[in-house]
Amino acid sequence: MQIHDQPSLKAEARNLNFYYGEAKALKNINMPIYDKKVTALIGPSGCGKSTYLRSFNRMHDLYPGNRYEGEIRFFPDNTNLLSPDVDPIEVRMRIGMVFQKPNPFPKTIFENVAYGLRVRGENNKRALDDKVEQALRGAAIWDEVKDRLQDLAPNLSGGQQQRLCIARALATDPELLLFDEPTSALDPIATGAIEELVHELKKRVTILIVTHNMQQAARVSDYTAYMYLGEMIEFGKTDEIFIKPQDKRTEDYITGRMG
Amino acid sequence: MNESQHLSSQFDEDLSRLRTHVLQMGGMVETQISAAVVAYATGEIGSVKSIVDTDHKVNELEKAIDDDCAHIIAKRQPTASDLRLVLGISKIVTDLERTGDEAKKIAKGVRRIYENGHVPSQFGIGVRHLAEAAIVMVRQALDAFARLDTEQARAVIRADSEVDTEFKSIIRQLITHMMEDPRTITTSIDIITIARAVERIGDHAKNVSEQVIYIVEGRDVRHTGKGSSK
Repeated sequence: MQIHDQPSLKAEARNLNFYYGEAKALKNINMPIYDKKVTALIGPSGCGKSTYLRSFNRMHDLYPGNRYEGEIRFFPDNTNLLSPDVDPIEVRMRIGMVFQKPNPFPKTIFENVAYGLRVRGENNKRALDDKVEQALRGAAIWDEVKDRLQDLAPNLSGGQQQRLCIARALATDPELLLFDEPTSALDPIATGAIEELVHELKKRVTILIVTHNMQQAARVSDYTAYMYLGEMIEFGKTDEIFIKPQDKRTEDYITGRMG
Repeated sequence: MNESQHLSSQFDEDLSRLRTHVLQMGGMVETQISAAVVAYATGEIGSVKSIVDTDHKVNELEKAIDDDCAHIIAKRQPTASDLRLVLGISKIVTDLERTGDEAKKIAKGVRRIYENGHVPSQFGIGVRHLAEAAIVMVRQALDAFARLDTEQARAVIRADSEVDTEFKSIIRQLITHMMEDPRTITTSIDIITIARAVERIGDHAKNVSEQVIYIVEGRDVRHTGKGSSK
């Protein structure tokens, strides 16, 4: 690879370990996350990929007994996201998350998106209107909901709810978006819409996505990491991982030779 | 190359059937060339018809294997070594089918020569020797595929340049013949056609071997001149 092809770093895990109480769920993870690229995390259930993803926005802080070791560096400011001095709320403003099941608030479509902005202290109606529209457009759902912004969000279809959740995550203008199996509850058409959206979003935001669907990882990501039993087995360009993986364990997993 | 079993035994069966069909097709093509070379040496042109008939079967098998490849891609979305195997096979069958076409060309050329009352051996040309080298290449290329043996594949790639050199030498000898005695031109041209077909068979065996290296190592050694060495 030539030097100028190397994208810049958005984040980097360095010697990252994670414990659920006594159980070690992540074992010395070292991995770059490249800026404005899509990185997919694949691996069998229980391999630690969701645990790893959730470390980025300090989700584990919500439960007692969880413990991090090592660092996740976030650039350009080179903050260690895991440092006790860093406020998790601040982290979550910069790092948005979309979950497996769409989880809109039981509020209107507008309020779902405006919520994060209000938390941040934005109360100007015109500014809220603009930013909500921008976020809904960014999530490719504006045309479908612009005439019913005051409807309740849970009345939307599953695929629309998921795009609304993406709009909600986009509203605070995050630098990194975490997707935890974002399409596993959706039909193929809605899945296609989300994948297309991911492709659009990476023009302005870095994306880290956990997926069980290997073809999805192959379609949407620029880089792929294969995890197994809490370890990072292989990280590389998606094109290379899916055609010529270096590690036999990666090969066995992506060719369907192990569960 | 990954020899362990898939979770889906059906997928294992699909891939194993695909490989068997390729070897079956290779066996047919090998028989075609051997029969054509025997006809060249002995003048038993009765076998020409069966060589031509076999070619139809080879063509059908090529289509069937390609169809199986398309089905596997559509249904299984193969990746990594499985993907390389399916892609490699899809290219290998094209080369095998063309090898069959070349065998047919040899057979028809042989028939023309003998029907005109000539005997190729009177020219004292090493076409038979060349053809035997090409048959060995085809056999070794198929063995390399069957065993996924890249050493063997590399040996075939090296052998191809010897066949190419010998082919050029045959052409030079035939040109001399034709200049010395223009009555030999018709037969000489038929022999050139045959030698050319043999040389092409060597090229196809080399292509098959390059695909074996791709399947096993994921390296594309075509057009690099690097296929014969690690």
